[in-house]
Parts: sequence; structure tokens; C-alpha cells
Amino acid sequence: MSSYYYSILQGALLTVAVSLASLFVSTILGLLGATAKLSGRRPLVWLATLYTTVVRGIPELVLMLLVFYGAAIGINNLFEAMGSDYVLDLNPFIAGVATLGFIYGAYMTETFRGAILSIPKGQMEAAWAFGMGPVRTFLRITLPQMVRYALPGYTNNWLVLIKATALVSLISLHDMTYMAKQASAATREPFIFLMFAAALYLVFTSISLNVLKRINARYSLGTEKVQL
Amino acid sequence: MSWEIVFETEQLLAYWHGLLTTLSLLLSSLGIGAVLAVACALALTNGPWIVQKLVGSFTYFVRGTPLLIQVYLIYYGLAQLEWIQSRWDDVWPWTHFKEPFFCALLAFALNTGGYTAEMLAGAIRETDPGEVEAARAMGMGRWQIMARIVLPSAIRRTLPPYSNEVVMMLHSTSLASTVPALTDVTAVASQIYSDYYLPFEAYLAAAAIYLCVTFTLIGFFRLLEKRYLAYLAPRRN
Repeated sequence: MSSYYYSILQGALLTVAVSLASLFVSTILGLLGATAKLSGRRPLVWLATLYTTVVRGIPELVLMLLVFYGAAIGINNLFEAMGSDYVLDLNPFIAGVATLGFIYGAYMTETFRGAILSIPKGQMEAAWAFGMGPVRTFLRITLPQMVRYALPGYTNNWLVLIKATALVSLISLHDMTYMAKQASAATREPFIFLMFAAALYLVFTSISLNVLKRINARYSLGTEKVQL
Repeated sequence: MSWEIVFETEQLLAYWHGLLTTLSLLLSSLGIGAVLAVACALALTNGPWIVQKLVGSFTYFVRGTPLLIQVYLIYYGLAQLEWIQSRWDDVWPWTHFKEPFFCALLAFALNTGGYTAEMLAGAIRETDPGEVEAARAMGMGRWQIMARIVLPSAIRRTLPPYSNEVVMMLHSTSLASTVPALTDVTAVASQIYSDYYLPFEAYLAAAAIYLCVTFTLIGFFRLLEKRYLAYLAPRRN
């Protein structure tokens, strides 16, 4: 019995790895998407808008299956057409992280766009007046200030993302949910093992809420609080 | 790419039936979830301490764990308990646990109920105290105020977040494909994938269907918001 709990705990490590890796991918994509949307250049704005509307309109599971089963075959067909007999075996970890990162990148784009818009325009103008370039302005002025505005939305996206990682069990990645299901099938005691996994997810979400609250306090230093 | 197979009548019919399953799952879970949500939101804001704690831990569990685990818990967990299996042949509520549709529906309804309850409870707490004061001055009782003043406005103010929840729920119904013998749009796509080895086309068609439904739902809620939140819109002249 105890070895099943141990395997679920090992799956939990994979869950954490998938979540953090996809959070990283989605943050990068979100920053790129938000800058594209705010760049004012027609094709970039159009592309970013297409990205956020389409991705947010399709279920995560369908996208994941599309990438995992579809992309592998598509890429292999491409190789074949080019005359190479190399066969790509898409790793489920990479497929899972790529899909989740791609999906939540769209949500992050909206969060970051809102956050950047909340920063007073004078801040950026002052930076330009000091002769900072666009990249330096972004890194020194925009980024540190947008953290505070982006955090609530970022927290929500992260909580949804952790729970969405359960879907990678369906593309046979051995995460917590997969292990719990295997254990319950093997022992015919589904309730205990599924509840154990559920409790672990609750632990993750509670820890993240706590950590993000601290980060929020750190970045809100020196700002006035509304007196109710 | 071979789209001809996906566009054959047989496959189109399969997608159509899948869409019907998806929509009936969506609408029934939203219906049950809405009733549950109003009850839970009232309990969260007005109930005695112990009820508040109980409902609070229900929503904490629902919102803190993946829906996939919840579906598994009901389909593989509850429905496989001997206590329920010994009753599901003849004793009523338990007879339903035999049907995969019911198991999925129960999981989805509890899930959306939990999320919506917290939204609605938030809107109830944010009601303008002046409105309640005025109602009290008119001599209304506690429940009268709830039913006539607070709930109608709180439900309206929940509309924008609720439209997000409905779209999320539509996407969540794709998890029904993990329950055997339930063929929603995603399950139909998986079926076509395994029958013809056309993953790209099959899942892309499913994605297009979901996209259409999503846009329809968003448009519908935009109309509802225009009608019911008109009093909160900025003045035009």
C-alpha cells in the first residue's frame, strides 16, 4: 500500500515540474503577446489578438490532444516530404509543457496587457526623456511597476494552470493524477488514492496563495491602501 | 491532410451527436449548478457559523482540486463503492450511478456550483449598504430584503464573471470524454482519430466546433449584459 503513496508523491514532483515549466513558457509568451498587442503595429496586434481569441475559445484538452497526436504526425509528414526518414517521437513532457504554456500564454497576455495599461504613461515618457531605449524602459520602468498590477491575475492564472496539469495524465505523462488513477485501479480502492492526490493539489494551491500574498506585499510597498 | 473523411456524412453526424451531448451536459450542469450556487451563496452570507464553514470547505475543495480528479472521484470512486453498488439496482438516487452521463453531470454540476457560489457570495457582500438600509426602512424583513433587493442585483452583477464561468464550463465538458461510453465532441474526435488515424483533422474540427459555441455563448452573454446591466453602463449623453 505505502509504495502507491510513494509513487503518487513522485508523480507530484512531475506535476510541480510541468507546472513551473509551463508557467515559465506562458510568462514569456504573455510578455511577448502583451507587447505585441500594445505595439500599435497592425500585423502584430492582429496576430496577438488572433492568438488570444482562438486559444481562449478552445478546450485545453482538445488543444493538448491536437498537439500531442497531431503535431507529431504533421512534423513527421514534413520530414517525409523533405525526403528524410528521421522519425520524431514527441515527448509527452515537452508536448504537455508546450501546450499548457501556449494556452496560458494567451491568458497571461491579457493579464499583462491590463497591467501595462495601468501604469501612468508619464513614467514611460520620463524614461524616454532620459534617453532610455525601449528595452531598457521596459526592464527598468515598466516591468517593476507592472508586477503589482499583474499579480492578482497572475495568481489566478497560476492556480488554474496547476489544476490544468492534471490533463497531462491523459497524454500518458506519469504525473500525480496518472499515478493516483493507476494506484486506484491496481488496488480497487479508488477513493483513498484519488483523495490523496486531491489533498496534494490543495496543498499546492494553498502554498502558492501564501507565497503570492507575500510577493504582493513586497511589491505593494510604498503604495497607498484604500481606507474602507 | 485529408479533410474528405471528416466531411463525410457519417462523421458529420457523429460530430452533431457529440455536440448535442456536449450541449446537454453543459446546460444541465449549468442549471443544477445555478440552483446549488444560489443556495450555497445564501448559506455563505447568511447561514449560521457551522453551515458557513461546511459550505466554505466544499467550495475550497471544488476550487482547489482539478476537475479531472473530481470526475474520477465520482465515476471511479463513488460509483465503485460496494455500498453504492449493492444499491444501484433498485434503491433510488443510487440507480443513477450506473449511468456515465449522470456521473459526469454530477461532477460538473458540483464544480460549477462551487465556483458560481463564491462569485455570487462576493456580489452579495458588495451590495450597496444604502439599498439594504432603504429596504429596512420600508419595513421589509430579512428574507424579503434578500429576495427582492439583494439577490436580483447581485445576480445581475455576477453576469460578467459568470459568462467566463460558462465558457470555462463548456471547455470542461471536454473532460467527459475521459468517462467511457460518453461521446461528446472530444470523444467523437478521438474516435475518428483512432478509426482513420487522422488526429490533426479530427481534433481541429472539434476545436472549430468549440470555437463556434464559445463565440455564440459570448455573444449571448453580451446581449444579456446589455439588457440587465444597462443601469450600470456609463451615461451616453
